[in-house]
Amino acid sequence: MVFRSNYASFRWILTASALLLIALVFPGCKKKSIDPFPASGAVTGWEKTSDTRTFAAKDLYQYIDGDAEQYISAGVVTTSTSDYKFQGQLEATVDVHTMSAADGATRIFQTGATNDAKTVSIGDAGVAYGQSVIFRKGPYLVRIVAFQSTPGASDALQALARGLEAKL
Amino acid sequence: MKNRREFLQAAATGAVVLGSQSKLGMAAMFDKQTAHGDSGKSRVVVARDPALHGADGQLDEKRVLDLLDRAIAHYTGRDNPVEAWKHIVPVGKVIGLKTNGLGGKGISTHAALVMAVAERLQQAGVKPGEIIVWDRNRRDLEVCGLTINTDPSKMRCYGSDVSGYEDTQEQWGSARIRLSKILTRDCEMVIGLPILKDHSMAGVTFAMKNMYGVVDRPFDLHAGGCNPGVADLNCVPVIRQKVRFTIGDAISSVYDGGPGFHPERLWQPNALIVGEDRVAIDQTAWQMIERKRAEAGMNTLEAAGKQPRYIATAADATHQLGFNDPQKIHLMEI
Repeated sequence: MVFRSNYASFRWILTASALLLIALVFPGCKKKSIDPFPASGAVTGWEKTSDTRTFAAKDLYQYIDGDAEQYISAGVVTTSTSDYKFQGQLEATVDVHTMSAADGATRIFQTGATNDAKTVSIGDAGVAYGQSVIFRKGPYLVRIVAFQSTPGASDALQALARGLEAKL
Repeated sequence: MKNRREFLQAAATGAVVLGSQSKLGMAAMFDKQTAHGDSGKSRVVVARDPALHGADGQLDEKRVLDLLDRAIAHYTGRDNPVEAWKHIVPVGKVIGLKTNGLGGKGISTHAALVMAVAERLQQAGVKPGEIIVWDRNRRDLEVCGLTINTDPSKMRCYGSDVSGYEDTQEQWGSARIRLSKILTRDCEMVIGLPILKDHSMAGVTFAMKNMYGVVDRPFDLHAGGCNPGVADLNCVPVIRQKVRFTIGDAISSVYDGGPGFHPERLWQPNALIVGEDRVAIDQTAWQMIERKRAEAGMNTLEAAGKQPRYIATAADATHQLGFNDPQKIHLMEI
């Protein structure tokens, strides 16, 4: 009996270890289940105005043409995008790039950095401009761009960014 | 003359009364004498209106038509814009207006420019059903602020996602592509309406690079900073023959971070760049971007590792698409 009980425990530990190993080796399994896009109203004032479109790395050129190359070389797995509107006026697009590893997100984040960016504490690192917010968190790189320049736009974009960050 | 709203309504219903018929058509416009002038140089007009964007940063759409008229009048040497257009476009032929909406809302060909060109085309005798505004797909057109319409009795607006691509692959140099049927079958002449942008690989995207939007797999042409991809593609006979005129949208632009929309790098040149020689136009556009980058304290495109080498390639003896030598470009800035 003792042998059988120990054997059962061993099998349980073995199974759990295997599952843990799979989760570590294939982090993509987890990423696919994440929907980072806040629903309408989930972030005050923000309405999701389009369906989410997702592009695999090989199709990314359909969305961002020549920009695709830098994301592919940094290990992009998918890019998802959706449109939003704040208080019925300020239009914005959210792009969520899922990279194969965090260093890919870091590389893209650093490439796009400019001196006039304002550092914001969103994710592992973030910057804000008057009409855009960019942050990275683990393997994710998020870019939110507004199409109008309005007073308070930056604050509204940062609020939306925090809503996304909470779902990543 | 009808006001703008009445005109656009009439155009949408195909009710615009057409002007007199052109007997000269594009043959008169596109002979070497006219295209290059007496000097043998390629003519490029850069028309500016500093008040195109108001103090609030919003585009004053009513001024776009005036700017277009000034550009075309200067290019053709004809003061009457409708008469000028009669010498640019043939009557009874389908004219395509190839926009560029890849950068998404915020950095796509302005709908106000598209509608201004369409308005003048119709006044010059082109029927609404003979105008096709087109790009890669629905999304690229809608981000410009355009509405999809496939009714042939009206001005049409649709993408290659509707028309499809030819089954037969074309080849010229490194370019092995399948062309949009809008280019090969639906249009007899195309006017390029690109928007000026920095490009992370090519350096600059404007007149010639706009042709990446007429093929099925543009990404295959991006190697080597799009060189010789851009030049080779523009040498494909159908493109070379049909894309005869460019009205480049430099109303707004991004001088870094392109081809996507980067509002932190947005800039408003408030200009149109007009001509037939796409190489000369791109050379001119490149210099505009370089000046803006210098003004912003940025590296040159060469230092940034993205000098648009495809422009020189397009001008070389193999391609002969136009002139990139400033000495051979008659630049008219108005």
